[in-house]
Amino acid sequence: MKTTSHPLALERIRIALGTKTLVEIDTLIDPGEVLTVMGPSGAGKSTLLAMIAGFLDPAFEARGRIWLRGRDITALPAEARGVGLLFQDPLLFPHLSVAGNLRFGMPRRVKDKNARIEQALHDVGLAGFGSRDPATLSGGQQARIALIRLLLSEPAAVLLDEPFSRLDRQLRHEMRRLVFDRLHHAGLPSLLVTHDHEDAEDAGGPLITLA
Amino acid sequence: MLLRLTPVVVLVLLVVPILAGVAMALLPAFGYLPALGGESFSLAPWRELLAQPGLARSVGISLASGLITTALSLAVVLLFLAVAADTRLDRWLRRLVSPLLALPHAAAAFGLAFLIAPSGLLARLFSPGLTGWEQPPDWLILQDPWGLSLMLGLVIKELPFLLLMSLAALPQLDAPRRVALARSLGYHPTTAWLKGVAPALYPLIRLPVYAVIAFASSVVDVAMILGPTLPPTLAVSVLEWFHDPDLAKRFLAAAGAVLQLGVTLAALLIWWGLECLTRRLGRRWVENGRRRGGERWLRLTGRGFLIITTLTAGLGLIGLALYSVAGFWRFPDALPTTLTPRHWQTALPALGGPVATTLVIATSATLLAMLLTLAALEHEQRRGRRTATLALLYLPLIVPQIAFLFGLMVLLESLDIRARLPLVILTHLLFVLPYVFLSMAESYRHFDPRWTRLALTLGHSPNAAFWRVRLPMLLAPILTAAAVGMAVSIGQYLPTLLLGGGRIATVTTEAVSLASGGNRRIIGVWALVQAILPLLGFILAMGLPRLLWSHRRGMQGAP
Amino acid sequence: MAGTKTEENPIETRSVLGMHLAKTLVGLALGLALTTPLAASPVPDGWQAIREQARGQTVYWNAWAGDTRINGYIAWVGQQMAETHGVEVVHVKLDDTSTAISRVIAEKAADNQDDGSIDLVWLNGENFAAMREHELLYGPFTDTLPNFALTRPADNPEVATDFTLPTDGFESPWGKAQITFYHDAQEVESPPTSIEALLDWAEAHPGRFSYPRIPDFTGSTFLKQVLIALTDDRQALDAPVAQSDFDRLTAPLWDYLDALHPHLWRSGRQFPDSGPELRSLMGAGELSLAFTFQPSEPAAAVADFELPPSTRSYVLDGGTLGNVHFVAIPFNSPHKAAALVLANFLLSPEAQAHKQDLSVWGDRTVLDVAHLDEASRRRFSDEADNPAMLAPEALSQTLPEPHPSWMTALQAAWQTRYTAQ
Repeated sequence: MKTTSHPLALERIRIALGTKTLVEIDTLIDPGEVLTVMGPSGAGKSTLLAMIAGFLDPAFEARGRIWLRGRDITALPAEARGVGLLFQDPLLFPHLSVAGNLRFGMPRRVKDKNARIEQALHDVGLAGFGSRDPATLSGGQQARIALIRLLLSEPAAVLLDEPFSRLDRQLRHEMRRLVFDRLHHAGLPSLLVTHDHEDAEDAGGPLITLA
Repeated sequence: MLLRLTPVVVLVLLVVPILAGVAMALLPAFGYLPALGGESFSLAPWRELLAQPGLARSVGISLASGLITTALSLAVVLLFLAVAADTRLDRWLRRLVSPLLALPHAAAAFGLAFLIAPSGLLARLFSPGLTGWEQPPDWLILQDPWGLSLMLGLVIKELPFLLLMSLAALPQLDAPRRVALARSLGYHPTTAWLKGVAPALYPLIRLPVYAVIAFASSVVDVAMILGPTLPPTLAVSVLEWFHDPDLAKRFLAAAGAVLQLGVTLAALLIWWGLECLTRRLGRRWVENGRRRGGERWLRLTGRGFLIITTLTAGLGLIGLALYSVAGFWRFPDALPTTLTPRHWQTALPALGGPVATTLVIATSATLLAMLLTLAALEHEQRRGRRTATLALLYLPLIVPQIAFLFGLMVLLESLDIRARLPLVILTHLLFVLPYVFLSMAESYRHFDPRWTRLALTLGHSPNAAFWRVRLPMLLAPILTAAAVGMAVSIGQYLPTLLLGGGRIATVTTEAVSLASGGNRRIIGVWALVQAILPLLGFILAMGLPRLLWSHRRGMQGAP
Repeated sequence: MAGTKTEENPIETRSVLGMHLAKTLVGLALGLALTTPLAASPVPDGWQAIREQARGQTVYWNAWAGDTRINGYIAWVGQQMAETHGVEVVHVKLDDTSTAISRVIAEKAADNQDDGSIDLVWLNGENFAAMREHELLYGPFTDTLPNFALTRPADNPEVATDFTLPTDGFESPWGKAQITFYHDAQEVESPPTSIEALLDWAEAHPGRFSYPRIPDFTGSTFLKQVLIALTDDRQALDAPVAQSDFDRLTAPLWDYLDALHPHLWRSGRQFPDSGPELRSLMGAGELSLAFTFQPSEPAAAVADFELPPSTRSYVLDGGTLGNVHFVAIPFNSPHKAAALVLANFLLSPEAQAHKQDLSVWGDRTVLDVAHLDEASRRRFSDEADNPAMLAPEALSQTLPEPHPSWMTALQAAWQTRYTAQ
């Protein structure tokens, strides 16, 4: 997996709805670092993710700049930003096979996709699962597929939207380790949004609490 | 970008022809039609219209059938949904909605007529055994002067439509949670649904309800088969005046068409008034704290009515099928004395052309409608909010056909546009598009936006996300909407006849012209043909996704 | 004309003379009033030239299509036309002839002078009167048709008269209709044979008779039949209604109907939609006595299992109303030559005999069979007796139609009287 040595810079971000300011943040996330953002519901955590990923509802007013790989990506469309997302649910496309899901995320230029898919599956202990129907996989297996789909898509930064909240206790711990390991290993700057203090602890990076 | 133009295209395609058609009906309604010697404006057509015997009654019946049909259908739908549980019977009833919707109006009306006529299937089943009838009783059941058989026939078709629309809208209300909450407060489940879900559901199906009012108050084909005759409903009277050999009646007919528009609008206004009243009274009822009452009765009516409707339609189809193979069939005999394939043999060689034309028109109109619908909905998704102008999509459902089609025909003639097949397809599109949109919109709008976001963050463009994610995942509702569109197109009579210059022969124009011969056996054959085509569409729509996604469990229960 | 004798015209010298006579007569009747606008695709002079131009053209023939037998016959005509004349015939199926007229009006309103969508239309009576009045027809053309002479219009004025109006050569005769009553002999042994007796019969058999709801064509004809039977001034009916005292003349009709209605099917509160609907109700056992405008309809319905084999037909004492039905060409037909060739073929002994065949349609010929040549005459040889069919001599007493304005006036009066009671 391709490593990147660029940070994700959030420069004087301010998101407002009407006259009410929801989020104000000004920070730099280094490669391999996971910044955790916590806060109560409605504090604007998801809004912040939406802004960075490029899905912000036009009703919101956003200021500030987002820098990634030395580029200002603030005005770029979502698909051109190089920002990957991990959701609460694995969201494996139900009409594609496991390999189809992985291939769907891989950049076009990548060669010998099949070999890389096989390798990635092997790395997470799911070797030979390529032709499976995602609906037949367990929750933990689906979560792992979702993770390697994200990594195979070669993002420059990663956003994590409470990715462990739907997993049971045991699995949650395993997945956290797997995810943070991989992100660290890939040298990706990551931003984690969560309710769970354990998430923040395991992430090991800086913590910002929104009011 | 092309997508951004979609709402404009939709409006031009739908609104312009209708307004132009209405305008061209207004001119002769006020005496102006030079081809027939009407060189100046006058109120003479209106004076003649008001002098028509039985006009008040025609108007009354049209109004009543519009309002009562709608009220009854809506009540049954709400009651059924209130009592419906996840039982086999209810699942089965829900699944029957689509085929019932596919049944063309005329075929359903003929089926009902063959069933409930004094010499019909029901009377035959119980005669002479139970009734002692050796001859059919001289009872005025069909085409009764109060329009009851007409309303029954309309309910058979409108009930499934409203049910389908409600089922499509329900998921966004999270009904189970609302009911659970009310139950925890001590409400009986049925009362909980009626007080907690129904008031929120109604606003979501309001436009389809208005479409039903407009349709039922201006329908022509069903009213000709089942409606009263002395006088007939206003829409049928208007058609008769248009068809009168006395060409001076064209002015009268135009005035009648404008009056029909007024009657339909009046029906809508009355309904709206009742709506306001119900909202006021209903709120008091919702808040009165009564937690149960009449559940048994409600359950019986809710399910009972739906079962009766379904059975009636089914028996009607059986009646059509029996007639289509009947030899001689004397009255009290429940079954024909002899069976013969002759009626089918005569019809089959003549079927090919009309079936092919029907399919070409229905497929083209549906594809166009689907394209526009998807483009409009996708545009809406990318823009992030609903396009208000799309409410105008309902215009073709609200303005009675008879009020603008004749005018449209004259207009196109004078523009020297005589591309008949394209014109017929475009006119079908007027009616197909709203239904396709209605059927698609809820699924599309409630498609989890995270799928598209996911595709974008994986580096795909919005277009790729549409083609590779949204489209395949929404295949089932898209095909269902397409089947609805095909069914609507297949059932069109007046637009095909008028815009096709009489030269476009579809199964429906064939069926109607043959029906004028009154031969029940031939009617049976053609009504069945007319019913089978859309039914095949629905079977395909339901079967294809299952076949395509047979190895994808996650797509089996797709939206 | 005499030199253009063609193979489908088996006419003999004697008849050619007759044709000239007919031409002259029609010409005189027309008073040379050729007011029709000139068509843009001019029809050439001479039959041969017309046939040449027709070859390769498609005729859109608008014809009522409520009867599979008639549709079958028209399909047969189409085959013959394609094989022998290279003309394609498209049957534009109508549920109501006025639909076609509406279309011609719309085209005229749009100033479509030469590219209309209708080339030939099956019509008569009011529809013809209306189209003629609004100058929607091409013509005169019947004297162009070689076979028209076979009808011997001089001796058979009904082929050039439509509801008392001279056709002026603007429509070509095609077949004959006459009011014919029918009943199930097993159920009704002695049906009423006069309008007066019909009232007594209806009283004795309540709910077993009806007539189609006005303004239906067959229903309106029933009104005229009753009027003719009861009026003391038959001559007045030949003139436009405006020249008579309508109320006085029709009083006996309304008295009769007032007396009859309570004994009709559904007590006269509802009426069948059309003539064919009467047949359908007979088949369903709801009526015991009915009538039709097509004398062959009962026999055809027996063959089609619609009516019991014990069905019998008859006409009233003193005869019943009858008329001829025609085909006409709209003024803006783009394929007039082919329409002419088709109209001519419809008048050929071959086509007329095939049409009269009960197993095909059973519609009576408009040709003067007695004056045809031997071979052609033999085509019309009598069928084996069909018990449900009228004896041909029963149709000899045909009462002429009143002026078309009577029909309109009677319809309006009936509707005012019996609608929304």
